[in-house]
Amino acid sequence: MEKKWFTISVYSENSVGLLNRISGIFLKRHINIESLNVSKSEIEHVSKFTIVVYTTEDWVRNIVGQVEKQIEVIKAFYHTDEETIYQESALFKVASTLLFDERNIQNIIKESNSQIVTVSRDFFVLAKSGRRNEIDDMYQQLKPYGIMQFVRSGRIAVTKSEMKISSLLKEFNQ
Amino acid sequence: MRISGAEAIIHCLLAEGVDLIYGYPGGAIMPLYDELYKFQHKLTHILTRHEQGATHAAQGYARVTGKVGVAVATSGPGATNLITGIADAQIDSTPMVCITGQVARHLLGSDAFQETDIIGISTPVTKWNCQVTKASEIPEVLAKAFYIAKSGRPGPVLVDITKNAQIDEFDFSYEHCKGVRSYNPYPKPNAKAIEEAANLINAAKKPFIVFGQGVILGEAEKQLKTLVEKAGIPAAWTVLGLSAMDTDHPLNVGMVGMHGNYGPNLLTNECDVLIAIGMRFDDRVTGSLDTYAKQAKIIHFDIDPAEINKNVKADVAVLGDSKVTLDLLLPLIKTNKHESWHNEFKEKYKIEFDQIIKNEVYPTKDKLTMAEVIEEINIASGHKAIIVSDVGQHQMITCRYAKFKQTKSNVTSGGLGTMGFALPAAIGAKMGAMDREVVAIIGDGGYQMTIQELGTIFQNKTPVKIVVLNNDHLGMVRQWQELFFESRYASTVMVNPDFVKIAEGYHIESKRISERKDLKSTIKEMLASKDAYFLEVKVEKEDNVFPMIPSGASVSDIRLK
Repeated sequence: MEKKWFTISVYSENSVGLLNRISGIFLKRHINIESLNVSKSEIEHVSKFTIVVYTTEDWVRNIVGQVEKQIEVIKAFYHTDEETIYQESALFKVASTLLFDERNIQNIIKESNSQIVTVSRDFFVLAKSGRRNEIDDMYQQLKPYGIMQFVRSGRIAVTKSEMKISSLLKEFNQ
Repeated sequence: MRISGAEAIIHCLLAEGVDLIYGYPGGAIMPLYDELYKFQHKLTHILTRHEQGATHAAQGYARVTGKVGVAVATSGPGATNLITGIADAQIDSTPMVCITGQVARHLLGSDAFQETDIIGISTPVTKWNCQVTKASEIPEVLAKAFYIAKSGRPGPVLVDITKNAQIDEFDFSYEHCKGVRSYNPYPKPNAKAIEEAANLINAAKKPFIVFGQGVILGEAEKQLKTLVEKAGIPAAWTVLGLSAMDTDHPLNVGMVGMHGNYGPNLLTNECDVLIAIGMRFDDRVTGSLDTYAKQAKIIHFDIDPAEINKNVKADVAVLGDSKVTLDLLLPLIKTNKHESWHNEFKEKYKIEFDQIIKNEVYPTKDKLTMAEVIEEINIASGHKAIIVSDVGQHQMITCRYAKFKQTKSNVTSGGLGTMGFALPAAIGAKMGAMDREVVAIIGDGGYQMTIQELGTIFQNKTPVKIVVLNNDHLGMVRQWQELFFESRYASTVMVNPDFVKIAEGYHIESKRISERKDLKSTIKEMLASKDAYFLEVKVEKEDNVFPMIPSGASVSDIRLK
């Protein structure tokens, strides 16, 4: 079976130790977590894990089943890239002199649709949100000029179809 | 009621109907032990000789009673010693609550004396775990622990309680846990799936049932029997499904799996509908998945959604408690007989009997076989004993030849294959079923992994019957070395001590036999004893267990020799 990128969305209680429990399931199957993001979700007091993996659909289905079975997990889903709207964010810290001396830097900022977050005497910080390849492109363009620091977030994603969480919780509360 | 956290733990246990726990004291759990002393008239604590023994005893107790087993240990090494038993309970779906002491809250994370991250360590092998650092959290967490351990697919839960939480006082009140919003232990049965399952079963020409422990945990033994009889379907059990049906039921065709019976393994690849009930298609059952029941439609009854399509793709998946789903299925099932299909099992049994069983159970050679010992126990106990087995050749022989008349009578370490399981598990089994005979069958290797629990038996006068089938080898590994590693017997020869003397040291009545003429009378004598009894049987040293499906081979490639 063909390997693909999958985005796993996990809705859970906000409890200590759950991340360890969930990551252990990936560890058991020797699957690398390509990106991980934990945040609040659209439902109050419900957390959302967004996990990106590169594996087969059989395995992702099994993993999601085993994740969902954890007591504090409310529901887990997996989706392909085509089924989601997804983004990552990155920050680039670059020397301020470049901003003034290198005309091309300004072109890169314009063409990449990135924002200048801050400018100080020594450095300035660019923020870029978008697909992984867009961020990678920008990285490649800035690299020759010297990147002082770089960081990229995990993927965040929403699905095109509905994820029925609220109704599940409502059912329980009844 | 203003009480300490430690006293609260006792009241929680009593509220959950617990009257017997196993454990081992130590620094961080001493406040609880102080309360156990005060409440000893209501709550019996059995001091095992090692924390691992406490978990296996709790497991044995849980397996025969269906109740939650409880084990207690201190922090650090006490807690880590529980891990093997917890992992065993996790893979074999045994309800168990483990309570560990932990260093005081202000010391957490400081590498304090006997501090260990038992939450981190136990996470992959528990159904749920939780650290309590405040006394007031104890009732809610323990209520949740018992609920989670017992409900749905059961499993082990660990609650780690810091010393300050045991000492501090708070206003105690207790409420049973009735649900956890993120946890759905009993999936609602799907009427359409049940109808589809019934249609497949009714139309089948060669239907075949394979059932596991899910039938026992769901208490669906009657429903299974009715299904088997009404639809006339041959049924085979997995190792953990043993005793869910009478061994001698005409439609019970034996055991599937690596050392299971010839017919059910071979005919798995001949049936047209495979009905799996409360089993999880373990690799020791299926062999190679690429060649497993490919010709058959698969119906999978299970309570755990994560088991569906995990190993074998189901054509129809029926989620839910086995008792509930089978009750819904039964009215849709047409009465049927599949005589010629059933005869195929009988023919295969005859082949297996002639080539293997006859020589094992009624041997003509000098040395005793393991199987004839089991058969004598069957005869002397009238198939009524609880049989506890350890792990290895003797376990497979026991599972193959022990006979059962009553459910919850087979206690063995199936999924994890934990050597050392049987002796402590037998203690728990006996304490959970004092009116029944409990016979532990153990190999000379596994026996020495938890042999110190003889002390627990001696101290508590637990009348368990211990049979060590001694072949002076780690027999199963030796068998594999013979078959797959050109007889290079690396570290499988055991130079054993005088087991009888060891038992005598614990004042346990004991005997060693090595000749057939002594077998029947000694087993009778053992079962007649009202006290604990140790019997060492010297058996053939280099016997192999057959049939056998070599690891990774197809069930069709089952070997008779």
